[in-house]
Amino acid sequence: MILISEKIKQTLAYPALLMGCVALLVCSLLLITNSLTAQPIADRQREDLTRQLNQVLPSSVYDNQPLDQKYEELLNGQKFTFYRARLQDKVSAIILFTHTSGYSGDIALLVAIKADGELSGVRVLSHTETPGLGDKIEQDKSDWILGFSGLSLSHPQPAGWAVKKDGGQFDAFTGATITPRAVVKGVYEALQLFKAQQNYFLEITDAAEDTNRS
Amino acid sequence: MQKYNYKEIISSNLWSNNVVFAQMLALCPLLAVTSGATNGLGLGLITTAVMFFSSLLISLIRPLLTPQVRIPVFILLIATLVTIADLAMNAWLHELHKVLGLFIPLIVTNCAILGRAESYASKNPCFPAVVDGLATGVGFTFALVVLGGFRELVGSGTLFANASLLLGESFSLIELTPLPEYRGMLLVILPSGGFIMLGILLSGKRLLDSFLKPKADTAKVGNEFSCNVD
Repeated sequence: MILISEKIKQTLAYPALLMGCVALLVCSLLLITNSLTAQPIADRQREDLTRQLNQVLPSSVYDNQPLDQKYEELLNGQKFTFYRARLQDKVSAIILFTHTSGYSGDIALLVAIKADGELSGVRVLSHTETPGLGDKIEQDKSDWILGFSGLSLSHPQPAGWAVKKDGGQFDAFTGATITPRAVVKGVYEALQLFKAQQNYFLEITDAAEDTNRS
Repeated sequence: MQKYNYKEIISSNLWSNNVVFAQMLALCPLLAVTSGATNGLGLGLITTAVMFFSSLLISLIRPLLTPQVRIPVFILLIATLVTIADLAMNAWLHELHKVLGLFIPLIVTNCAILGRAESYASKNPCFPAVVDGLATGVGFTFALVVLGGFRELVGSGTLFANASLLLGESFSLIELTPLPEYRGMLLVILPSGGFIMLGILLSGKRLLDSFLKPKADTAKVGNEFSCNVD
């Protein structure tokens, strides 16, 4: 089973050549795999996004394909990703990706806000909260997150936008106050951002139209 | 031609020299994913596939290797296989990938794979190397499923929850809830509970081995694979 004599193996160039050949081999393997899987992965991610969208936004609110165009914008020094849902070419709702600091790391939120400033739905996309305590913000574990639907900046009043322990109207879970507090704060901030940048999000002025229709 | 005792390769890797229960390797992925039996099974199967291909490739290129560059070559090959597994899972087992996604790249650092590549596949021909890789992988899967099932049962009162995500709808039958009224025990699900449960399982294995030992003594003792961790 000796293909290459020991003498060649002893030369200085042999290990380098061997490494080079192996690197070439693995690179081509990875390229092939990547080209085979790129389309299925993109499809799966699109399916995920569609499922999330359907959860937070009733299909009666829009008649376009909101996921076809993704917007990224720097607002208040933070980069936001969002989609615009349109009904008869007017923006009827936005689906905003935002995040908030939980008990142990970031909580990624998906917030759907209708054009009139009312929340259509909120979902937690990912989090690292304590299993069994803070993870009740997931829809799989509890219905708590559904309580946001239909709320807006004026309903409840600003003082109500807090967990019950802080004098607000939202329930906190036993043993976990920081997690729901963070989610309430994140949703409230998303609503405030929407209100502050309403013209931009809803493409009301001509200037906004021009920059975004390019 | 050297004769290989496949029965011994398999039994040694599955039990007496099990990666987890005897060699105490690969504890990081073990403790991280075994909050449930399904996760354990998923990661175990991927690791087995990676081990199979890494053993195959490494034993094939064995005559070309030199001592100076063998470790970088192993790592390159293993990392490539893991990346391929990661991409393929993301494409075709997407739901499971969402659960295990974080841990798949960590298979590269699973010292059991490099360990088998270095100590077995690089020194033996193709077929025994593949058998060894598969047996080690199955032994690791076994350990993951046992520990995962144990922790899931004590920690949340279920067994094989979400198994249909991994194996398809027809396997929803094995999603059991043996203790329906059980409120769960958080400690066991957290990493520290993983250590405690692993300790209990290891002492259980020791007990079992000490019962079986008198029989083994009369048979053949001391195989070349055994490693003592006392």
